[in-house]
Amino acid sequence: MHNEHVALTVNGRRRALDLDPRVTLLDALREHLGLTGTKKGCDQGQCGACTVIVNGQRINSCLTLAVMHAGDEITTIEGLEEDGDLHPMQAAFVRHDGLQCGYCTPGQICSAVALLAEHKAGWPSYATADVASAPVLTDVEIAERMSGNICRCSAYPNIVSAIREVAEGGRR
Amino acid sequence: MKPFRYERVSSLAFACASATEPTARFIAGGTNLLDLMKLQIETPTQLVDIGPLPLADIEETAEGGLRIGAGVTNSALAADMRVRRRYPVLSQAILSGASTQLRNKATTGGNLLQRTRCPYFYDTTKPCNKRMPGSGCAALRGLNRMNAVIGVSNNCIAAHGSDMAVAMAALDARVETVAANGATRTIPIDALYSPPGNTPHIETVLAPGELIQSVVLPPPPPGRQLYRKVRDRASFAFALVSVAVVVAREDDRVRAARVAFGGISYKPWRSAEAEAALIGATVTRASFDAAGHAALGNARGYGYNDFKIPLARRTLRAALADATGLI
Repeated sequence: MHNEHVALTVNGRRRALDLDPRVTLLDALREHLGLTGTKKGCDQGQCGACTVIVNGQRINSCLTLAVMHAGDEITTIEGLEEDGDLHPMQAAFVRHDGLQCGYCTPGQICSAVALLAEHKAGWPSYATADVASAPVLTDVEIAERMSGNICRCSAYPNIVSAIREVAEGGRR
Repeated sequence: MKPFRYERVSSLAFACASATEPTARFIAGGTNLLDLMKLQIETPTQLVDIGPLPLADIEETAEGGLRIGAGVTNSALAADMRVRRRYPVLSQAILSGASTQLRNKATTGGNLLQRTRCPYFYDTTKPCNKRMPGSGCAALRGLNRMNAVIGVSNNCIAAHGSDMAVAMAALDARVETVAANGATRTIPIDALYSPPGNTPHIETVLAPGELIQSVVLPPPPPGRQLYRKVRDRASFAFALVSVAVVVAREDDRVRAARVAFGGISYKPWRSAEAEAALIGATVTRASFDAAGHAALGNARGYGYNDFKIPLARRTLRAALADATGLI
């Protein structure tokens, strides 16, 4: 068994790594690139703490191998700010107190950013009564679409209100 | 994880030829396989990454249906407007399963071939005929609340976890495969899965190196389509029982019906018995109850999952009532 070479783009920066093929994308980010914002929770795809955005789509970085992502564009929580300004979703989480201990928060925020893009693209969810319609992003829709991110402090109401605010166009 | 050789392939022929060893595995989304590899329940010596293969398209077929590439993600399939308009039961079923993060990775072929979530399959300290043939079945007298009630054997009562496959079974989907020698074949989805019998470790009729290329949906059957899922929490949980129905009524009679259950068997459980009971029957709760009794006639519980039998009947009744406008 030998290492595999893989080149990927993380937060806009090209990174080349030599990795044991067993290394998950999560471990590559944390242990090999020092990007510890992405958290390891359950390490089996159930909690969502490791959520990152790959080629525009949110995934569990614990359930994918880094070598499977040659050429991919990966955005982690560290890549959301712009020139020192928080991403609007980060700012909304702060304003709405959408966290307590904060461990799940990077995954929640990456997930929420991707959720808005999915909704913009017209994706339905299981909460959408008519799957052929363009769903309105109600609180029930937000909760269903965020069900892959667990918050054991149970900050859910404030997470939903933070996402709703950004979805509606920002701070009012 | 045990060490393995990793190979990223760009041609179908090369993929199948690479994976003929019984210890080789194809990997696409990886959401189930990698989980099992971390637990050393799956210990492949070789991973053939089929991600680069051109299997991610959904196209119209000449007969008026859709051909879904095996690499189409669950998210892309559920969001496809042709699926949402013509096969809403399939969109609903997919969206009822897992989380968006998982659906963004999980593929059509991988979803069909996912392993069971029986807790004893996952617990390597317990016997399991599926994980270790001949070791016994800890679920038979164990905490078998999530296990199957029909079509299984005393060697294994594991249930298949897919929601997507339940809708596909109701839609008469066909699975198209290619073998290592290049031969292709078409398998009705109902014939893809092997009953546990005495060999619960053999789960499908696929040969080593045989790859699912696509799933074909025939033109949509007449009637209203609906997927109903019952589970322990409101989202991101496997079904206790689910049902996909396609039902057409004419005045006060059922003209056509398709019924498939999830969570109750080793495969998506299409019920010819329920369908026969429904066709020509009056659109009443009594008829729907009769269909449920016909469907579950051969079911048996194993203790903690006894409740699934009446639950499946009631879930079918509710789905049919909803689809026919009875409620």
